[in-house]
Amino acid sequence: MSINRAQVEHVAKLARLSLSEEEKTQFTSQLNDILQFAEKLNELDTDHVEPTSHVYPVTNVMREDTIKPSLDREKVLLNAPDQKDGSFRVPAVFEE
Amino acid sequence: MSIREIHRQLAKKERSVTEIVEESLHRIKEVQPQIGSFLAINEEGAIEKAKELEQKLSTTSERGILAAIPTGVKDNLVTEGLTTTCASQLLANYQPIYNATVVNKLLASDAIIMGKTNMDEFAMGSSNENSSFHPVKNPWDVNRVPGGSSGGSAAAVATGAVTFALGSDTGGSIRQPAAFCGVVGLKPTYGRVSRFGLVAFASSLDQVGPITQNVEDAASVLQAISGHDELDSTSVNKEVPDYLSALTGEIKGLKVAVPREMLGEGTDPLVKAQIEKAVKQLEALGAHISEVSLPNLEYAVATYYILAPAEASSNLARFDGIRYGVRQGKNLLDIYEQSRSNGFGPEVKRRIMLGTYALSSGYYDAYYIKAQKARTLIKQDFDNIFAEHDVIVGPTAPTTAYRIGEKISDPLTMYLDDICTIPMNLAGLPAISVPAGLAQGLPVGLQIIGKAFAEETVLRVAHAFEQTAGRLQLPALGGVKA
Repeated sequence: MSINRAQVEHVAKLARLSLSEEEKTQFTSQLNDILQFAEKLNELDTDHVEPTSHVYPVTNVMREDTIKPSLDREKVLLNAPDQKDGSFRVPAVFEE
Repeated sequence: MSIREIHRQLAKKERSVTEIVEESLHRIKEVQPQIGSFLAINEEGAIEKAKELEQKLSTTSERGILAAIPTGVKDNLVTEGLTTTCASQLLANYQPIYNATVVNKLLASDAIIMGKTNMDEFAMGSSNENSSFHPVKNPWDVNRVPGGSSGGSAAAVATGAVTFALGSDTGGSIRQPAAFCGVVGLKPTYGRVSRFGLVAFASSLDQVGPITQNVEDAASVLQAISGHDELDSTSVNKEVPDYLSALTGEIKGLKVAVPREMLGEGTDPLVKAQIEKAVKQLEALGAHISEVSLPNLEYAVATYYILAPAEASSNLARFDGIRYGVRQGKNLLDIYEQSRSNGFGPEVKRRIMLGTYALSSGYYDAYYIKAQKARTLIKQDFDNIFAEHDVIVGPTAPTTAYRIGEKISDPLTMYLDDICTIPMNLAGLPAISVPAGLAQGLPVGLQIIGKAFAEETVLRVAHAFEQTAGRLQLPALGGVKA
């Protein structure tokens, strides 16, 4: 399997990255090298192997459903690039 | 200076907390222009904290296990009121409004936070050349890299600017820079230390740990930061043992496995010679040495460079220019794309691209699931060895520190160098790098790997080895001594 320029553009769109022409060229070549290297995994017979997503099998960590203090709204907004009336402000999503 | 020595001086009233802190500040400023370990220096905060602690110590004899100890904190651990950037332009002005759990634990142990240490952007890199602010130089030779991604932490400790520093290790980011800079670096078992407040890179692999000047200090810091945290549901609810009491110096009869693949073709012969010498030293201490095989080691790098970028692409989706970070662009889609494209550096973008591809429809099974299965096989290799052995030893890195610029243009070559450290993250095991002498004037790290939650054994072996091999003198700055 290899990745072409059109796929690089598609993946960039999925990742919400806008790449320069130069970056597209460079990433196509570098990602190809890395993916070709990853082909090595196909040497492994994994037909009867379970995938590992986490080494320590903890499941369903439960806690009491009690009210605890949450972050202060004003403090949370301190890092906001734009805010209004105690909320994060973004440009209109739907145009009129 | 060790934690023990500082505490002795404090007890004898030879130095005050303020004097200790001022000396650290002086050293930080002295070496910063040449080495660049720090992204922020907490001058006022540290002095204020020192005064508070002096007050406290004048009224009570109870002091925390890290009392008065000058500390560096990697800049991907959030610190309330102290800018946290992950060495990224995207977070250049980010002011956290809470502390990482490990930072709270340091403060509860009366440590003094001197500043935030430089790193590869979002912990992605092995040389610190990916910091978007400035690179870090290796204190042993300023033309060489300090390793990464916790290169600032390792260099800060190696120059004596701080007594210890926290790092994070996703594929070797504590151990490899510790090896390159001639200091001790410990990656705990996955789940031993809380990740709450660690800016996530690859959540199933990330772990916070100490970089120190000696093994005893590593035990003390691990003691302070370990334990269950209800804010991190992957932190394990297991009692924290007394790590200092594990340092008996006694390893007679211990079964030590040496995987032949870790000393194979890609290993620099000079590094190999130091490791073989170290193994002989362990044998002389009474350990039983046997050669073993990690048959799937050769698949570890490929496995890691699918899984880690996949997790990263998901974790870094939160940097969208909406709630924090530098916002650029006009309409909503523009804001996402411009903020991210201008905010992230090349290595971060490369990994987001790689991970997004590996998780995308049509490629998910071929890459992501395949790599998860390979991870199972790699973990089984370790299980097999640990059924009959207590620890595994080998080099921390296949080479010593390389020259700045030598590998940065070829990402795959740099990835391949992570071969000795990546497998332990995939398997979630504790591993320490401890100095094993010099090769042509540059430090070599001996890596000691233990069973899950066997940090005591890992520390005991590292400490016994350190007693025999001796500690490295801190380097003179400005280049390698002849």
